Amino acid sequence: MTSIGDRAAIIGIGQTAFSKQSGKTEHRVACEAIAAAIADAGLRPQDIDGIVRYDIESNTELAVIYSLGIPHLRFFAGVTSGGGAVCGTIVLAAMAVTTGQATNVVCFRARNRGKRSASGPGKFAGGRPWEKTPPQLTDAYQYHIPFGLVTPAQEMALIYRRHMHEYGTTTEHFGMVAVAQRAHAVRNPNAVMRRPLTLADHENSRWIAEPLRLLDCCLETDGACAVVVTAAERARDAPHPPAYVLAGAQAEGPIHIQLADYFQHCREETGGRAVARQLYAMAGVTPADIDAAMFYDHFSPAVLLSLEDYGFCERGGSGPFVAAGNIAWPSGVLPVNTHGGSLSEAFIHGYNHLLEGVRQIRGTSACQVPDAELVLVTSSNTDPTGAIILRR
Amino acid sequence: MSVSFASSLPPIPVPNADNAGFWEGCRQRELRLQCCAQCGSIRHPPRPMCPRCQCPEAEWRRASGRGTLYTFTIVYAPTLAAFQSEIPYNVVVVHLEEGPFIVTNLVDYNADQIAIGMPVEVVFEDVGDTVTLPKFRPAATEP
Repeated sequence: MTSIGDRAAIIGIGQTAFSKQSGKTEHRVACEAIAAAIADAGLRPQDIDGIVRYDIESNTELAVIYSLGIPHLRFFAGVTSGGGAVCGTIVLAAMAVTTGQATNVVCFRARNRGKRSASGPGKFAGGRPWEKTPPQLTDAYQYHIPFGLVTPAQEMALIYRRHMHEYGTTTEHFGMVAVAQRAHAVRNPNAVMRRPLTLADHENSRWIAEPLRLLDCCLETDGACAVVVTAAERARDAPHPPAYVLAGAQAEGPIHIQLADYFQHCREETGGRAVARQLYAMAGVTPADIDAAMFYDHFSPAVLLSLEDYGFCERGGSGPFVAAGNIAWPSGVLPVNTHGGSLSEAFIHGYNHLLEGVRQIRGTSACQVPDAELVLVTSSNTDPTGAIILRR
Repeated sequence: MSVSFASSLPPIPVPNADNAGFWEGCRQRELRLQCCAQCGSIRHPPRPMCPRCQCPEAEWRRASGRGTLYTFTIVYAPTLAAFQSEIPYNVVVVHLEEGPFIVTNLVDYNADQIAIGMPVEVVFEDVGDTVTLPKFRPAATEP
């Protein structure tokens, strides 16, 4: 059977500065990040013949190619969902370059979500999508929003509360994730939040939606990230060490925007678990082989659920796992979000996690895991989801 | 440039042919769930096909209105302007006696009373002239 396993690589990474307000359009930050990724790969715009983006991305392929001077695309696609799309973009790009549908594929996410960065009335034209809720609801949100269930934090709070009830997870465990990731961000010059954080700071931060406090929530920032994917046999010619895509997988269901249906399904299976099974089978490795993990972290307890989904501890064991110091660089057995993640570096819808995964493989992270060989990167684990394992 | 959609009116559901039975039921003070015409399984939220047997036909059955509180959150800012005056307010998921789950609010309760596992029963609240929402209160007696 044909597989994408170990047959593609990320050879270029690029990003803009991350900030609370860039003063730039999403179009411009996309172009800047993509240009940087192409240059980092040692390529020129005319070498790019494929683009994969999130389907909610405001920049179309056309907007990208006519600004960057990419003359001709052979492959273009969008991946469903927001934070659930992160690793799916790499899976699609790997499929394209390993089947000859494209040679060099750019994948990117541009996202201006600073409070004053709205660029238009469209739901995804900056600002917070939920602030643009229409007065009449025709989709599945009609079972949420009339009851005041409006924001992602409120939706996810319902899932995390249930986890606390079933397994004894505490809000202090949430705080330990936030504190560990902030300690990583303190060392990272790209991070928006670099002031050290204590558990008391977390405990004293205001409620957003119980059991989530302000410091459990991701940042809202402006910026963009991009990568270049090519086939493994061409990757060795790139200027930087390739990050080979050892495995990649996607799964859809259960989805948190239909919470009623989510709880019907999640007792048997989560999307993250379905991805993990495919991923480890394709890679031929186990969780014990993973040197670092970049988990999607729109909220700090998302890291807890991912630790369980991806087999680093048993179901319900993530609180004690984190309390034992296991996710903190440099001493933890599994340093997590060594750039600070969405909680402390920036919220680029998980795309900055891909870049940090590549830096760990290259040996250039500000919190470098010595001789990192295998790095796990995941998409949001309650959306349609996905994950990849990068190898040196 | 800042774009605001802020409104003091809560967004309302717009029924369609697949879910009108649910919202019409609420207008008539009945919690109605879809029951598959072929295999008899009960589902919520409404959808045009049975996920168990793929039968597109379903009938609307009146549910008991009883269930248990499965999970909850207490909401603070930020939220939509329409709900701002109610902060802090709850959103709960109720596990219905018939099996499905439903997102709703707990009403007529004391703040220290809200707890996972508590028995609850449906009540109905009108929103404007056209929409009625199913909400839940602590059950008067054990179901």
